Amino acid sequence: FYLTPPQVNSILKANEYSFKVPEFDGKNVSSVLGFDSNQLPANAPIEDRRSAATCLQTRGMLLGVFDGHAGCACAQAVSERLFYYIAVSLLPHETLLEIENAVESGRALLPILQWHKHPNDYFSKEASKLYFNSLRTYWQELIDLNSGESTDVREALINAFKRLDNDISLEAQVGDPNSFLNYLVLRVAFSGATACVAHVDGVDLHVANTGDSRAMLGVQEEDGSWSAVNLSYDHNAQNEHEVERVKMEHPKSEEKSLVKQDRLLGLLMPFRAFGDVKFKWSIELQKRVIESGPDQLNDNEYTKFIPPNYHTPPYLTAEPEVIHHKLRPQDKFLVLATDGLWETMHRQDVARIVGEYLTGVHHQQPIAVGGYKVTLGQMHGLLTERRARISSVFEDQNAATHLIRHAVGNNEFGAVDHERLSKMLSLPEELARMYRDDITIIVVQFNSHVIGACQNEE
Amino acid sequence: AAGMFLRLLSDIQWRAAHPKWRRMTSSRRSTSTTAEPHPVSLPAQAQVVICGGGIMGTSVAYHLSKMGWKDIVLLEQGRLAAGTTRFCAGIVSTARPVSIELKMAHYSNKLYQQLEQETGVPTGYMKTGSISLAQTQDRLISLKRIASSLNVMGIPCEIISPKQVVQLHPLINIHDLVGAMYVPEDALVSSANVSLALATAASRNGVQIHERTSVSHVTVQKGRVTGVETDRGRIQCQYFVNCAGQWAYELGHSGEEPVHIPLHACEHFYLLTHPLKEPLSSSLPTVIDPDGRIYIRNWQGGILSGGFEKNPKPLFTEGRNQLEIQNLQEDWDHFGPLLSALLRRMPGLEALQIMQLVNCPESFTPDMRCIMGESPTARGYFVLAGMNSAGVSYGGGAGKYLAEWMVNGYPSENVWPLDLKRFGTLQSSRTFLRHRVMEVMPLMCDLKVPRWDFQTGRQLRTSPLYDRLDAQGARWMEKHGFERVKYFVPAGKDLLDLDHSKTFYKPDWFDIVGSEVKCCKEAVCVIDMSSFTKFEISSTGDQALESLQYLFSNDLDVPVGHVVHTGMLNEKGGYENDCSIARLSKRSFFMISPTDQQVHCWAWLKNRLPDDSSLTMEDVTWKYTALNLIGPRAVDVLSELSYAPMTAEHFPSLFCKEMSVGYANGIRVMSITHTGEPGFVLYIPIEYALHVYNEVMNMGQKYGIRNAGYYALRSLRIEKFFAFWGQDLDAFTTPMECGREFQVKLEKGMQFVGQEALLEQKQNGVYKRFTMFILEDHDTDMDLWPWWGEPIFRNGRYVGKTTSSAYSYTLERHVCLGFVHHFDEKTGEELVVTTDFINQGEYEIDIAGQRFQAKAKLYPFSSLFTQRRRKDEVELSGYQRE
Repeated sequence: FYLTPPQVNSILKANEYSFKVPEFDGKNVSSVLGFDSNQLPANAPIEDRRSAATCLQTRGMLLGVFDGHAGCACAQAVSERLFYYIAVSLLPHETLLEIENAVESGRALLPILQWHKHPNDYFSKEASKLYFNSLRTYWQELIDLNSGESTDVREALINAFKRLDNDISLEAQVGDPNSFLNYLVLRVAFSGATACVAHVDGVDLHVANTGDSRAMLGVQEEDGSWSAVNLSYDHNAQNEHEVERVKMEHPKSEEKSLVKQDRLLGLLMPFRAFGDVKFKWSIELQKRVIESGPDQLNDNEYTKFIPPNYHTPPYLTAEPEVIHHKLRPQDKFLVLATDGLWETMHRQDVARIVGEYLTGVHHQQPIAVGGYKVTLGQMHGLLTERRARISSVFEDQNAATHLIRHAVGNNEFGAVDHERLSKMLSLPEELARMYRDDITIIVVQFNSHVIGACQNEE
Repeated sequence: AAGMFLRLLSDIQWRAAHPKWRRMTSSRRSTSTTAEPHPVSLPAQAQVVICGGGIMGTSVAYHLSKMGWKDIVLLEQGRLAAGTTRFCAGIVSTARPVSIELKMAHYSNKLYQQLEQETGVPTGYMKTGSISLAQTQDRLISLKRIASSLNVMGIPCEIISPKQVVQLHPLINIHDLVGAMYVPEDALVSSANVSLALATAASRNGVQIHERTSVSHVTVQKGRVTGVETDRGRIQCQYFVNCAGQWAYELGHSGEEPVHIPLHACEHFYLLTHPLKEPLSSSLPTVIDPDGRIYIRNWQGGILSGGFEKNPKPLFTEGRNQLEIQNLQEDWDHFGPLLSALLRRMPGLEALQIMQLVNCPESFTPDMRCIMGESPTARGYFVLAGMNSAGVSYGGGAGKYLAEWMVNGYPSENVWPLDLKRFGTLQSSRTFLRHRVMEVMPLMCDLKVPRWDFQTGRQLRTSPLYDRLDAQGARWMEKHGFERVKYFVPAGKDLLDLDHSKTFYKPDWFDIVGSEVKCCKEAVCVIDMSSFTKFEISSTGDQALESLQYLFSNDLDVPVGHVVHTGMLNEKGGYENDCSIARLSKRSFFMISPTDQQVHCWAWLKNRLPDDSSLTMEDVTWKYTALNLIGPRAVDVLSELSYAPMTAEHFPSLFCKEMSVGYANGIRVMSITHTGEPGFVLYIPIEYALHVYNEVMNMGQKYGIRNAGYYALRSLRIEKFFAFWGQDLDAFTTPMECGREFQVKLEKGMQFVGQEALLEQKQNGVYKRFTMFILEDHDTDMDLWPWWGEPIFRNGRYVGKTTSSAYSYTLERHVCLGFVHHFDEKTGEELVVTTDFINQGEYEIDIAGQRFQAKAKLYPFSSLFTQRRRKDEVELSGYQRE
C-alpha cells in the first residue's frame, strides 16, 4: 500500500489554514504579518485543538494550541472559551460596563473577538448559553472589583486561565438540567487539556503556557542563519522546577508517589492542565458527582478510577507560566505546537526549516569550482539534485504544513523521504497513535519593518 | 600623450602574447605594476571630454577623431576596456529585430573586420557566422521576419533546415528543432582588444587618453555643459559624453542638474570550459538558442556559453559602492537552468571540463533599446550607454552615429528609437528600473510577437477615468508611462490568457475591435486619449505667434478658434514632431502632440524659442483629460449636453471652442478626431473628467454610445491613410514625402525652419513616397499578419519597408503603410519617386518570407467613406498618433 504524492498532499493539507493581517493602503501597522496553522491527527478523533483571534476591543492578537487527553471535550471547551476569558480580563472597566449594560438592556453586544477559524474548527452551539453565562458572571465580578488600575497582560492571562478552569470545575459540580449539557460539562471536567497561548501586541509578546505544548521564537542571526529561543517551559517530569513545585505543594510523605515513571501520580504526563478534575477534586466530591451523574459517566471505568496515593488534592493546576518578550527585528516568527511536533523534531531544526521556508532561501553552501576538475555533466547532476531539494520547500503554501511534512517524513539525513511520509500517513487508525501523536502547529510571522519602527519610537 | 600611447601598445602586446586574457587577476596586477601612475597631467580644457574607456567611449573617440575633431580627452576611472567590455562574450551578431540596431551591428562588423589592418592591434576578429535556432514554429516566424530584413539590406542570411544545422555545427542536437537562421558573416572578436584598437587609432588621431581618472560630476551653466570635475582636477569643455556603462545613471545624477539615463545593471553569467579532446575549430559558428535562453561560441578549443535566465539578479540598485565588479560571485545554482539548456543542445559536452563561471554585469534599459543622444536639459551633454548585452555588436555603429550627431547636429540615420529623449524623469526611479530590467533581461530571449506590452512598471500615469474604464473591461497598454486602453472586453466574454494571445496570426480580440470600429462608423464611441502631450504657449505681445510661425511649417496666423495641423520640422524639412495647434486667443496657443513627445518637443522648443520673459510655455499635459467622441452621432450627444448647436454650420471642422458640457464649464471642444471620422475631442480639466464622462455616457445611451480603445482608432486611421509620428513619420521624412504639402505654407510671408529644403523638394521631387498598400491575396484568418518593417517589393525589386499596418474592417482587407524608394537598377542610386512610378508597379509585401500581392495607393478611398456624409464635413487633414 503506497500513497502517491498528491494523496500525501491532500492528507497533509486537509486542515491547513492561513491568515494574513489585512494591509490598508499598503501600510501594515500590525507587528504580525499573518499566521499559518495545521493539524495532523493520530488519534481518531483528534484530541488537539487550535484557536486564533484578533482582540477587537483591545489591541493584539491571540493564538493558542491545546492538547487534549482522555478525550477531546476539555480541549474543545478551552479552545472555544479561553480567549474570551483573556479578552475580558484585558478589557478596561468602561468597556466592561458598556458590555454589561448592553446585555442588560438587550442591545447588540460589542464584538470582543474576531476569530480566524478553519472550517473544521467548530464551536459547540448547545453550550454557548451556558458558557456565556459563566463568562458574564466573570466580567460582572471584574466590574465589582474595579481596581482602577490598567490591566497587566501577564496578570490577565493568569487570571483568565485560572478562572476558566474554575468555571469548568464548577459547571461540572452544579450540573445542568439539560441531560446533553449535563453530560458535556462532566466530560469537559473529567478530560484534560494543556494550553499554550500567545498574545502579540506591537513588540510585546506574552506566552502563557500550561502543560507540555511549547512556544518557540525563530531568530535570524546576522549571518542569515536561524536559531531558536524557547518562550515556554514544559510542565512535565523533565522540568526540574516543575517537579520541585509539585513536591513543595504536598507533604513529604507523598514525595515518592507524586512522580512515578515520569508521570504525575504515575498517570499524567503534563504537570499542569485544564480539566482533569480527577487530579483536583477530593475523592468525596468525585464520587458524589459521578454517582449523581448520567449512566454513561458511571459506566466509564476511567472516570470512576481514583488515582493511587491520592491524599492531598489538588495535585494539578491550570495556572500558566507567562513569559514576556520584547520583539526585535531579528525575531522573524513564532511557532506554537503541541508535543507531537517536539517529540519528533529538535527546536533548532524547526527554526531552520521554518526560517528557510519563510524567506524562500535554502541555505546551501554555494558551489565553487575553484581548482577542481569538474565536468559539465557532473555539475549538471549536482545542480539538479540541489534544485530537487529546494523544490520540496515550495511544495507547501503553508509553513505549518511544511513543518509537519518534515516532522513526519524526515529521514536520518533531515530530508523529507516520500516513502517514509507515505508509510506514516497510511498507518491504520489503531496503529497511528503508536508511531506518532496528534500534531498541531501555528506559525506566526512577524513584520520586521513594523517592529523595527516601533523600536525606534521607544 | 606619446608615453600613453607606448604604454597602450605594450599593454596590447602583452595581451596578444597571452591569449587567455580573460584570466585577468594576474594580468591586471602585472600591468598595473608596470604602468606608471598618471604619466601625463590633465589638460585644462578640451572641446570634448568622454567618460568611459570601454567599447562605447573608445568608439565615440575613434569616430569623432576620424571626422576631424581632435581636441578630445577620454577619461577612464580604471583601465581601458576593463569593465563590461573586458568580460563580454565578444559575439558580433547582426540579427536584430529593430532596423536601426541592425544597421549599427552591420556597420560594427565591417569596422571590426578591417580594424586590425588599420591599427595593427590584433582584435581576434574571426568570421564564424551564427546560427539562431528555432524550437517552435512561432520562433521560426520571428527568425524569418529578421531574415527578410537582413536580406533586403544585402546581408547574407538563410533560413535552414535542422539537417543543415548539423552540417554547420556537428555538436548540435537537432531533434527538437523546426528550423534555424544562418548568418554567415557574423563574427567573433576579443571585445577588449577591439576597444584597445579603437583607442590606439583615436590616440594616433590626437585623442588624449587618461586612465585612472574618475569624473565626479559635470558642470552645466545656463543649460550648457561647461566642464567636468575629476579626481585629478577640472577640465573645461563644450561637450561631454557619458559612456560610463552601468555607472552612467549615477554619473548622470551626480551633477546639480541631473541627466536621467534610465538603465540598471543585472548580473550576467557565462561559462568557460577547457578545450575538447579534439579542440573546437575557431571558425565554428556561434549558436544562439533563444528558446533555450542560451548562446554558445567556440572559445580556445572549448566553449563559452551564457544566457538570459528567467529570474535575473539586478544589482547596483543602491549605487556603485555596493560591490566591485571584479568581486562578483559565481552562482552555479542560478546558472543551473542554462546549463541544462546547454547540455540539451549539445549532449556531447557532458564530459567537458569546466574552467570558470564568469559573472559579468550588463546594463539594461526600460525598453530593451540602447540609449544615445543629447540630454534634453543640458546642451552638449551626450550619452551612449545601456547596450542590453549587445555592446560589442552595437559599439562601432553606435559610436559612429553619436559622433555624427555631435559633429553634424544629427546622425545619418533616424535614431529616434534610441534617443535619450524618448525617456523622461518618470523612467528614472530606481524601483521602476529594478523591476523593469528584471522583465527586460528575460525578454532578450522571449518571443516578441506583435503588440506585446511590458508587464512591470505599469499604472504609473493614468487618466482619472482609469478605474471606471478598467471596471468596464478595459485592456491596457502603456506609452511613456501612461496607461491607454487597447480595447474593451465585453462582459461575459473570455479572451485567451496573455500567453496564448501571443500570436503572429489573427489575434483573439479581432471581433471585439471590429465591433468598436463598427460603432465608431455607425453611432458614437468614446476613447480616452489623455496621454497626449499638451503645451500652452502664450506671450504678452506677438512673440508667440512669430516664434511659432518660424518653428512650424503651416500658417498659424489663423482666426482665433481655429485648429491647424502642422509639422515641427528640422532644417532638412523632416518631422521633429507632428501636432495640432489651436489658437485660443490672439496671443496664446494650445498644442497637442504625441505622447512620447513630452521630453523631445519640450527640449526642441526650449532650445529655439527666444529667451524672452514675455513668452511663456507650459506643459499642461497633466491638467487635461481628453475624451475623443468619434462617430456620426457625436454631434447629437454633444449638442444635447451643451444646449448648443454642434452641426457643421455652427461648429465647422478644425474648430476649437471653450464651452460647458453638463455642469462643467471651460471644456475645450475641438472638432478633430485623429481618425478622419466625424466627431470631437473634449479637453476637460481633470477635476471634471468623471462628471463629463458620466454625462457623455448617460446621454449617449440612446445613440448607442460605447467605449472604444486605441486598436479601433488605429484601424480607422490606417484605412484613412493617416500617418503618425514616431512610426510612419520621423526626422528624415518631410511633408512632401507623405502627401502633406497642403500642411506646408511655403508662402506664408515669413521664413520657417525647413523651408529651403521643402522648396528644393517641391522643385526637384522627392526620393521616397509614403504609400498605402491594400493586401490582395491575404487570408486574414489563415495567413501571418503584417506588423511593421515588412519589405516592399515593386516588380520583384526591393523598394522600401512598411511602417505600420492594420486590418481595415471597412475594406475587409489588411492595409499597410510604408515608403517607396526608387533605386537605380544598376547603381542602386536613389532616384526621384514620381506618382507614375508608384502607380505603374506591381507590388508585393514580404511577411516573414512569404510575399503577398498589394495594391498601392497614394490617396485614401474617399468614395468608401463619404457615402453618408457631405464632402465638406470630411476632415481632410487629420493626423494620428499612437
